[in-house]
Amino acid sequence: MKTIEELNKIRAEKRIELDLRKNTNADTREKHILVCQGTGCTSSKSPQILENFKKIIEEKGIQNVRVIKTGCFGLCAKGPIVIIRPEDTFYAMVTPDDCEEIIQSHIVEGKVVERLLCKDIDGTKVTKLDDLTFYKKQKRIALKNCGVINPEDIDEYIAFDGYRALARVLVEMNSDEVIETIEKSGLRGRGGAGFPTGKKWRATRDAKGDKKYVVCNADEGDPGAFMDRSILEGDPHAVLEAMEIAGYAVGAEKGYIYVRAEYPIAVHRLQIAIDQAREYGILGKNIFGTNFSFDIEIRLGAGAFVCGEETALLESIEGRRGQPRVKPPYPAQSGLWGCPTLINNVETYANIAQIILKGADWYSSIGTATSKGTKVFALGGNVNNVGLVEVPMGTTLREIVFDIGGGIPNGREFKAAQTGGPSGGCIPKEHLDTPIDYESLKEIGSMMGSGGLIVMDDTKCMVCLAKFYLQFTVSESCGKCTPCRIGTKRMLEILERLCSGEGEEYDIYRLEKLAANIKKASICGLGQSAPNPVISTMKYFREEFRQHAIEKECKAMECKALSRIEIDEDQCKACGLCQRNCPVNAIEGEGREKRHINQDKCIKCMTCIRSCPFHAIG
Amino acid sequence: MSKMCECVEKKIREEVREIMKPYKQEKDNLIQILNEIQEKYGYIPKAAQMEVSEYLGVPMAEIYGVITFYARFTLEPKGKYNVSVCLGTACFVKGSQAILDRLKERLKLEEGKTSEDGKFSIDTTRCVGACGIAPVFTVNDEVYGHATVKKLDEVLDELEKNEK
Ligand SMILES: Cc1cc2nc3c(=O)[nH]c(=O)nc-3n(C[C@H](O)[C@H](O)[C@H](O)COP(=O)(O)O)c2cc1C
Ligand code: SF4
Ligand code: SF4
Ligand code: FES
Ligand code: FES
Repeated sequence: MKTIEELNKIRAEKRIELDLRKNTNADTREKHILVCQGTGCTSSKSPQILENFKKIIEEKGIQNVRVIKTGCFGLCAKGPIVIIRPEDTFYAMVTPDDCEEIIQSHIVEGKVVERLLCKDIDGTKVTKLDDLTFYKKQKRIALKNCGVINPEDIDEYIAFDGYRALARVLVEMNSDEVIETIEKSGLRGRGGAGFPTGKKWRATRDAKGDKKYVVCNADEGDPGAFMDRSILEGDPHAVLEAMEIAGYAVGAEKGYIYVRAEYPIAVHRLQIAIDQAREYGILGKNIFGTNFSFDIEIRLGAGAFVCGEETALLESIEGRRGQPRVKPPYPAQSGLWGCPTLINNVETYANIAQIILKGADWYSSIGTATSKGTKVFALGGNVNNVGLVEVPMGTTLREIVFDIGGGIPNGREFKAAQTGGPSGGCIPKEHLDTPIDYESLKEIGSMMGSGGLIVMDDTKCMVCLAKFYLQFTVSESCGKCTPCRIGTKRMLEILERLCSGEGEEYDIYRLEKLAANIKKASICGLGQSAPNPVISTMKYFREEFRQHAIEKECKAMECKALSRIEIDEDQCKACGLCQRNCPVNAIEGEGREKRHINQDKCIKCMTCIRSCPFHAIG
Repeated sequence: MSKMCECVEKKIREEVREIMKPYKQEKDNLIQILNEIQEKYGYIPKAAQMEVSEYLGVPMAEIYGVITFYARFTLEPKGKYNVSVCLGTACFVKGSQAILDRLKERLKLEEGKTSEDGKFSIDTTRCVGACGIAPVFTVNDEVYGHATVKKLDEVLDELEKNEK
């Protein structure tokens, strides 16, 4: 059991030892090799890189070098990533075979390994992480420890002010003061709806009930979004600390983290964090010797999107099918086993300790009039720097896609971006300069959502995109409400007809009518928002829907039935590359003959389009 | 599926009892326990369901309802090679549908099904966390990034060759 004095002592000592993590001029002879062990890098062999470094250092008997595992650095597209501190050298796309050279050249001889450096947007090689354009426009609050600390070592968390906010709250503040601070900060829920966090805490605190619960929503259902996962993998203690602060504020002694079983690394690190915190007495009875007690358990989800909805999530924790409850009563009044329950999202929690330590005024000075602080986005799709970015609210989509994201690959054009996942909408080119916050996104027919941000280039068909999201909602509807269960299926059928060339003009109106009905008559957010991706794509790309319905043409060539892939004879240089890449040998012609495509064999996989160096195929 | 012989059933029941030991006999542990069983067997055998039903006092029908509700739980064993294509948005935008189509065509199997010889099964997932190298497919735990139809063909060729 640790006292606050002991906590302070660990912080002071560890902070000196770890100064080199944040200070490039640190006065030390040590070097730390940080190896990303986020899910992205892990799937391209970063665990082996970590092992190789350790082995080589031991074999060579090198002193003063430590190999550290960290969470995601954000630039996943360039992974696996290795960073050497204190000099902050950033190595990209490292393979296990590169370890030997990095150790010999960088560590032993002091020479940077040029070939592993990362190229910036303008093509120049960049040595330091902080010099990459990708990082320059970011502001890291929720992600401040990700990629800096070893998430499996509580002392490293403590070194960078970990559990200091909890200590302050328990000793210096009462429940009212905590709630006031959160209210004043302007923090709003990051799980999608943007409900004011302080207000929710107050409602839960004021609700009648002997027993109360605090829940963390780590279900992250938006496919292709990984903000919450990265926080849990890179800085799990930040979530535990915030849940404890919330428990103190609302009067709860028990917390649950509901996390997807599909996130094994996150679950593993959370469990380690919980065990270490218990060992230190930071979780458990009489924390820091006060009369506040709090404990946390993990509950695993099992792959149902609707369980991200708060009342369905409660059903699932209680061991049932995750079907949403009718609201009101809200969880703040009647949640887990009928007790008042506070539910917040992972990223919402990740801001709490910072707000307590740096103050509500500091936090509310960042962002726009109605949306304070920062937002983490998982940037994906047709953009160069796929990865995790955290920006102040009010940053424009253009800055995110073109500055931080490095623009669109393969010389293609930006067509649209989708935020809010299956509940959100698309944002076309003409709105690229909209400052992103909860209100402005709603105004243009999309929503903030939890942070998935998918970029699409001009080879993407918007009818297909709408169909994709509808397929998702159809398979994820829990079936409780008829309009959601049947209505979304009808919409999907229409979209399938349009994509296969069997649609008609009237289908567009049918879609609109169904959309309106489903929105009105579903009980939970899944059904209420399921038509959004269709409504917004129809709003901005109506012409494309018409082309599918009337002219039976898909200009983006994604709908196979509506497109033919052909080689432009004038541009073909007969290099034969397309032929070698075609998986079904559909391309005919030999030697110096112009190539042509046998339409009966072609499966329209588009491989040839991508492989032609002369852009002769389209 | 063929009827399970009694000794296998007995073994599964014993193993499941072992899995459940750390859990209190409370209903809210149902999903946790099913997750562990799914992890161990790759599906949830009938014998395991019966054992869980007795231990937690939850009727079989309700357990069946829970299993079919959650996508992660399956009632059929997966193939020796479970090939799974990511249909998360990041992968979809980069063309994972074409990869899934090709996979179904080559193995002559539908999504969620296992081949008769038990060698292959097809699955889809929603974001395996490797969006940075999208599109992605996996064979058991191995992740293949920057996937193309061609790469899938190569991987399948290799697996089929190993099985000959
Ligand atoms: C269909 C549906 C799915 C949702 N999925 C998630 C999710 O994956 N993660 C999340 O934090 N919130 C999700 N939410 C929002 C939650 O219901 C809830 O508003 C949120 O957890 C509250 O936390 P916050 O105020 O901190 O955002 C979802 C809502 C709906 C309707
Ligand atoms: S709206 Fe859809 S998902 Fe939500 S409760 Fe109704 S049927 Fe279930
Ligand atoms: S790759 Fe392009 S230039 Fe080369 S043969 Fe094919 S179509 Fe002609
Ligand atoms: S997972 Fe390694 S940088 Fe994101
Ligand atoms: S969407 Fe496929 S890995 Fe994320």
